[in-house]
Amino acid sequence: MLEIAGRSFSSRLLLGTGKFRSHQVMRDALVASGADIVTVALRRVDLTKAGEGDVLDFVPPGMTLLPNTSGAVDADEAVRLARLGRAATGADLVKLEVTPDPRTLAPDPIHTLRAASQLVAEGFTVLPYCSADPILCRHLEEAGCATVMPLGAWIGSNRGLRTRDALEVIVSQAGVPVVVDAGLGVPSDAAEAMEIGASAVLVNTAIAVAQDPVRMARAFALATEAGRLGFLAGRGAVLETAEASSPLTGFLQ
Amino acid sequence: MSQPPGRFAQHLATEAWLVPEIDALLAPGVDLEELAQRAREVTLQRFGRAVRLFAPLYVSNACLSSCTYCGFSKGLDVARKTLTVDEVVAEARSLVQKGFRHLLLVSGEHRVEVSADYLMACVEALRPVVPSLSIETQTWSDDTYARLVEAGLEGVVHYQETYDRVRYGEVHTAGWKRDYDRRLASTERAAEAGVRRLGIGALLGLSNDWRADVRTVAEHAAWLQRTYWRTEVTVSLPRIKPSASGFQPLVPVTDAEYVQAIAALRVVAPEVGIVLSTREPAALRDGLVRIAVTTMSAGSSTEPGGYLAPGEAQEQFAISDERSPAEVAAMLEAAGYEPVWKDAFALK
Repeated sequence: MLEIAGRSFSSRLLLGTGKFRSHQVMRDALVASGADIVTVALRRVDLTKAGEGDVLDFVPPGMTLLPNTSGAVDADEAVRLARLGRAATGADLVKLEVTPDPRTLAPDPIHTLRAASQLVAEGFTVLPYCSADPILCRHLEEAGCATVMPLGAWIGSNRGLRTRDALEVIVSQAGVPVVVDAGLGVPSDAAEAMEIGASAVLVNTAIAVAQDPVRMARAFALATEAGRLGFLAGRGAVLETAEASSPLTGFLQ
Repeated sequence: MSQPPGRFAQHLATEAWLVPEIDALLAPGVDLEELAQRAREVTLQRFGRAVRLFAPLYVSNACLSSCTYCGFSKGLDVARKTLTVDEVVAEARSLVQKGFRHLLLVSGEHRVEVSADYLMACVEALRPVVPSLSIETQTWSDDTYARLVEAGLEGVVHYQETYDRVRYGEVHTAGWKRDYDRRLASTERAAEAGVRRLGIGALLGLSNDWRADVRTVAEHAAWLQRTYWRTEVTVSLPRIKPSASGFQPLVPVTDAEYVQAIAALRVVAPEVGIVLSTREPAALRDGLVRIAVTTMSAGSSTEPGGYLAPGEAQEQFAISDERSPAEVAAMLEAAGYEPVWKDAFALK
């Protein structure tokens, strides 16, 4: 079970809700993914349309809503947005995103840490999207964040686990769940992240823009589970040369 | 008094351009289908299957500038009107009723009727009504952009119309807009004032070389993104439409050339939002949204007060796509795109 801030979740695949062709396809993909946690951009939520087609109306019941602060360009905006989100949804969970550069959407390490400290002080359960930086992840953990969410590659890029070396360090030292967020392009990327010991993965673009988002959601679910099992099973050593599984000279024993 | 060239004008003069590869994509004889396929890939990757919708809200057609192609041009004998702030709010509410959460306030260039204080009053009154507000007005050289941003303004749109200096001088015969450098540098001033979204554009058909205007607007977008990295850039490439001015385009841009221009822009500027208005006919808009367009207006009126009391004032130009916002949204859904009405939050 994935444990975040004292709550247990059976799925280790988290989903995003952007870029889908329709809310209905998004909903079908969410169901197919088996995800327990779904993140929604507060800037896209329209409470005046609640009950008549707003994105929140299409989140399957029983899923845990993780409002995110996407669009916030500094700590101040992210904090104010998180407060609006809590007032609107009643959830104290927040996925903290601070992205001042609209071109790369790279997370701002300084403002993310600043906002995280403030939000923790206000009683939020903070899941920060961040650079794959071991020291930054240490700081975020010390600030009281419930997870760290380092990126695998630039958000939306589908480039896979480009930050693998840093992620291995982050996973090895983290005292909170490490959720690899952003950049995972195909199911094997999710499996790879789980195999190196990530606690969970968050996927959006790869599923939303697939030819068949529902089937891709299912594929990511299977890959996430396979990667987790692979990690738990404990892999064999990586060797330079072959080692026969049945030694040729075994008969001499 | 003309203003000295701004930073982008100086950059253009260096010829060390950032996206010269667009020339090959704009060349005659390019494989248009292949280019469109590339553009579609890039668009889907970056923007997904989502298209932002917005509506223009014309607040005034009063104008002190003379531009030979525009229905609002000073000296034209047309019905003029500037909405009161209450009328602006009423128009906005009618657009909110139709689903819009992003409005673009548009006006002619009249520093008395559409003053900085008037725009401040509009933005302050509209802030509780609409989460995302942009303006397309005269350019400003004082602290107006900063004041408007502080009041909650998100975006500023200034089209250069044509980047050809000589042609620019021929069609902008009087008024502040006549100053090419003042106009071009206004996007820099707006970015420095903290404007979050910056819209630029060229009016195709105004100069005799649409390719030169498209390559320069692409360069402008790339340069703005590099220089003002916090600012989101959108580009629009309107084509000249019939208006009260009676202006005829120097060189008509065919539909195929138009698609080529927009697809080429997309390929060299993957992160740039591409805006398409109701100037263009429905079939072309439906096609371009599948290739590169990421923001559309719908159900537009181009006369001040035209949503609640149409026919009382001069429109800026004739629109082509006359479908309602709901019909455009239905088209997007049928094409496999989510119409995004709301994409911002009101924090101010």
